[in-house]
Amino acid sequence: MKIELEVNGKKRELNIEPRRTLADALREDLGLTGTHLGCEHGVCGACTVILDGKAVRSCLMFAAQCGGREVRTVESLAADDGTPHPLQAAFVAEHGLQCGFCTPGFLMLVTAALEGDPDIVEDEERLRELLTSNLCRCTGYEGIRRAVVRAAGDMKAFS
Amino acid sequence: MKPAPFDYRAVGSPQEAVSALAERPGEARVLAGGQSLVLEMNYRRERPKLLVDINGISELERIEEEGGVLWVGALVRHRDFEEPVSADPLGRLLSRVSRYIGHPPIRTRGTMAGSLAYAHPVAEWPAVAVALDAGIELLGPDGPRAVSAGDFFLRPFATACRPGEMITGVRLPLLGENSGVGFAEQRRTQASFALVAAVATLTVEDGTITAARIGLAGVAGRPIRAREAEEYLLGSPLSAEAFAEAGRRAVRETDPLPEPHAGVAYRRHAVGVLAGRALEQAAADLEGRA
Ligand SMILES: Cc1cc2nc3c(=O)[nH]c(=O)nc-3n(C[C@H](O)[C@H](O)[C@H](O)COP(=O)(O)OP(=O)(O)OC[C@H]3O[C@@H](n4cnc5c(N)ncnc54)[C@H](O)[C@@H]3O)c2cc1C
Ligand code: FES
Ligand code: FES
Repeated sequence: MKIELEVNGKKRELNIEPRRTLADALREDLGLTGTHLGCEHGVCGACTVILDGKAVRSCLMFAAQCGGREVRTVESLAADDGTPHPLQAAFVAEHGLQCGFCTPGFLMLVTAALEGDPDIVEDEERLRELLTSNLCRCTGYEGIRRAVVRAAGDMKAFS
Repeated sequence: MKPAPFDYRAVGSPQEAVSALAERPGEARVLAGGQSLVLEMNYRRERPKLLVDINGISELERIEEEGGVLWVGALVRHRDFEEPVSADPLGRLLSRVSRYIGHPPIRTRGTMAGSLAYAHPVAEWPAVAVALDAGIELLGPDGPRAVSAGDFFLRPFATACRPGEMITGVRLPLLGENSGVGFAEQRRTQASFALVAAVATLTVEDGTITAARIGLAGVAGRPIRAREAEEYLLGSPLSAEAFAEAGRRAVRETDPLPEPHAGVAYRRHAVGVLAGRALEQAAADLEGRA
């Protein structure tokens, strides 16, 4: 079936089987391999993307459901000249990643959360709850938590 | 893994959904939040021939309060309950419980009705529905009908919703101002389903309990109400001893299925403790301490 959707600000047309998950459509059909697939059953969060402003598991949605909608992936974060997004810079500064497999998912989870409510970093419990959404086998989460707090400050300073 | 092939149909009304389901009797499935169905399909434990996507039926996104009942449309997501949807204590109960379901991205898409239809034996919403005697509204080829939650859940992953029918909404009774609510569960990790869960509500007049509801999940093939424990509480004051005794009585009403992560004896013990805690929370909620 044919669908048209917006991916990272550009209109894209896809001709896909209904069984194509959004994750596979992004990776296989659009070549956006920044979105990672770990478990394919909603647990790890490596596949998290932003759909119409909300963080969702792209392994648990079909591309067929995304006609007319806006998807943002990790590829949308850095500026055109390659300058990292403040959140990406904060992940580097705070050792928020080691192997990096989980990183695209965390970046999109946190981007949606900070856009929705930057004050989430003021509330330790809510921030902890948010970060339990995704799995990281390397960092122990503390670097990620610090990166989010730092980025929230940087993003406020920017705006 | 990847799902087996299927046809996909997005529909705009409940009637359209039911007509679409009728095209492939027994081989079509409703797609709501997809947070259980798509993973079952990824595992190929589910191989529907047709998916009927109800996400475009905007009338099912509504929540309405009328005549002592909260009506929750089939597309209301877990996350919509995080801020209380009603000033009645029921709003606080739904808010408290919603935070135990998976984590934020799962709650953004998953629906209350989808959770009832999936009927995981330790899911939170089915336990709440049974505790409150919720009414589950179904629409099928022969028109609408309603089933009470006590009759809706049959076995793990099996309900009274027939192939060809869909849930359109859930009716939850308001509890009344002099009521308190509590919820407690035991789980292995933040993201896993619970092993055992307990829901409790208490209504009090002049310091005496006039109504008690206790719903338990993970202690039988379906969520149950601990009726003997509820009855024991009627006429009693709010007291820690009464709650502990009610917890012990609730244990007698359970019949857990063996399960690898938690044995039968463990779950019987745990549910007594959790029922007691849920009742204490309900009492604290009533006294404005929670
Ligand atoms: C990582 C993870 C953690 C989770 N943790 C929890 C948890 O702790 N507690 C918990 O309760 N759940 C948990 N879930 C499951 C989640 O709550 C699902 O949202 C829920 O089980 C199903 O709701 P859904 O709207 O996503 O339904 P779907 O996945 O779309 O559908 C599930 C089933 O119900 C049927 N169905 C859906 N809607 C209707 C309808 N209106 N009428 C008839 N049939 C319908 C479908 O055909 C399908 O068979 C978790 C899921 C994941 C991925
Ligand atoms: S790949 Fe989607 S949650 Fe793990
Ligand atoms: S950096 Fe390796 S899994 Fe998170």
